Amino acid sequence: MTPVIELRNIERTYSSGEVQVRAVRDVSLTILPGEFVAIMGASGSGKSTMMNTIGCLDRPTGGCYLLDGIDVSKLNRDELADIRNRKIGFVFQGFNLLARTSAIENVELPMLYSHKRLTGNLLRNKGLAALGIVGLADRAGHYPNQLSGGQQQRVAIARALCNEPSLLLADEPTGNLDSQTSIEIMGVFQKLNEQGITIVMVTHELDIARYTTRNIVMRDGVVVGDTPVRDRFFATEELRRLSAAQAAVQLAP
Amino acid sequence: MKIRATFVMALRALRRNKLRTALTMLGIIIGVGAVIAMVAIGNGATSQVENQIAALGQNVVLVFSGSVTQGGVKQGWGFAGTLKIEDADAILREIPDAVAVSPEVRTNAQVGAENQNWFTNVQGESPDYFAIRNWAFSEGTTFGEQDVRGATKVAVIGQTVVKQLFGADDPLGQIMRVKGVPFQIVGVLATKGMSVFGQDQDDVVIMPYTSCMKRIMGVTNVRTINVEASRPDRIIPVQDQITTLMRQRHKIVGDNDDFTIHNQQEFTDAATSTSRILTVLVVSIASVSLLVGGIGIMNIMLVSVTERTREIGIRMAVGAHGRDILLQFLIEATSLSTMGGIVGILLGIGAAKLLSIFAQWPTLVSPLSVVLSFMFSACVGIFFGFYPARKAAALDPIEALRYE
Repeated sequence: MTPVIELRNIERTYSSGEVQVRAVRDVSLTILPGEFVAIMGASGSGKSTMMNTIGCLDRPTGGCYLLDGIDVSKLNRDELADIRNRKIGFVFQGFNLLARTSAIENVELPMLYSHKRLTGNLLRNKGLAALGIVGLADRAGHYPNQLSGGQQQRVAIARALCNEPSLLLADEPTGNLDSQTSIEIMGVFQKLNEQGITIVMVTHELDIARYTTRNIVMRDGVVVGDTPVRDRFFATEELRRLSAAQAAVQLAP
Repeated sequence: MKIRATFVMALRALRRNKLRTALTMLGIIIGVGAVIAMVAIGNGATSQVENQIAALGQNVVLVFSGSVTQGGVKQGWGFAGTLKIEDADAILREIPDAVAVSPEVRTNAQVGAENQNWFTNVQGESPDYFAIRNWAFSEGTTFGEQDVRGATKVAVIGQTVVKQLFGADDPLGQIMRVKGVPFQIVGVLATKGMSVFGQDQDDVVIMPYTSCMKRIMGVTNVRTINVEASRPDRIIPVQDQITTLMRQRHKIVGDNDDFTIHNQQEFTDAATSTSRILTVLVVSIASVSLLVGGIGIMNIMLVSVTERTREIGIRMAVGAHGRDILLQFLIEATSLSTMGGIVGILLGIGAAKLLSIFAQWPTLVSPLSVVLSFMFSACVGIFFGFYPARKAAALDPIEALRYE
């Protein structure tokens, strides 16, 4: 089985003036299809740089990165943009939806930049299907400011899914959400993962990381831990437990 | 990336900030509108001048008598008295393309009728003069050849003289005194109005040149000879033939001609070039406002790029190439400027129409100025939109996504 992500001795050095900062040092990593991985670490640990590299937003200064078997570490700006468009779906902490643009139009955005020539109707249907996956088909015409945080993040997930990527990349997807909405979003991810989508998520919240199947811990630019998750949380169970607890609070006056 | 989708995106972005879009377009609107209106006014003025000059008579060649120097003072053309009636006869006889000739003398004199009097221009001409000058009669008709031969005391008068001497009375057949000499009025000229040089052309008394020379002025030479060429393309040959003929008759060797020749075209050129220079001046001032409008677009586009840095980052993250972003902002800037251009064209045409209706200015909207200003406004958008668009396209997606 071809790994979705294969990092070989990845280096990323930033030079700001005379000071050289090695943000990622000699990281090698393999992520197989169907995995749900959390990359964890404190700020400054290099996890954001890792994320940008994996997301093809940035090029490593050393080493080799194979995405779906293709070496993307030497591609130029436009080629990287095409790879992002075809192979990667992004979900951000701040949702990053276009303001004053309806949910469906936000979802259609990556398809507009696709090489596939999609006609208006097909575009709309694919967008609606993606919104259906995250349970927001009935909110297609709503604008981001008419949606709750959780709903906005679902729209962002639908946007990430519309080009059927091989990898879903989430950068602190629950960072701006309350705990119940966070669990709901993790539920969406778990459902997608069950359908076979590979997900890599950056988080610093330990309990959120327990919804994944594998935790990678970074510190000072190197991987210091790489363990499968024991005692995994399942969003459906957690939500049931939460609502039971809430009901108990309401019953006990 | 589809062009149509980019257009839709650009228009949507412009619609989001309606007031800002309108204000930015205003610069272009005013610039284009001013250019269109100014060119229309300039064209109108030029064509009016051309019509006025054409009304003076077409294909006209004027032979002036030479200048004379008295005690070091040059008297100007027409005073040397070198032109004779025989010269005019010779021109008509020997130059086939000279179809009509009128020897001319001019003076100023006090004229009177009944108990009114008036100081006016008195001209002596041949009967052909009115045909040469395209001058119609409102009443009566011209004097004839026999009046010239007999130096008859008959005259034709202009509308201003009619008003001054006769008021509302019918002047035809009445007697008028010119320097005390009684003349019978045989014709009244139609109104001609101001000349392009600002003279009242209707303030005139015209009589047979022989009558004027003998009875009023007491001279034997003529000041000017009006010649009409058969066709516009014969003007220059006729002019050359007259030169040769006159040199021969006056026995001139070398280049000390005692006469000069001008044609109507020269006066037309002089008058229209004045109004052209004015048009160019006004249009260049209007173009400056187009330039200012362009800078306004650039300014707003730069603000827009900064404001939408995050949006640019999102677009790049989901796969937009630099040139997709470039195109999007370029189309936005160009839409701004061309929409401004279209509104400006309509406004300019409207302003020109209003001016001709309310201020009675002659205006003529030239299609060329419409096409050019539209293209120019599109170019303004591309030119001034390019820098901000390129700035947007060159953004780093990571930085742009992180931008607050």
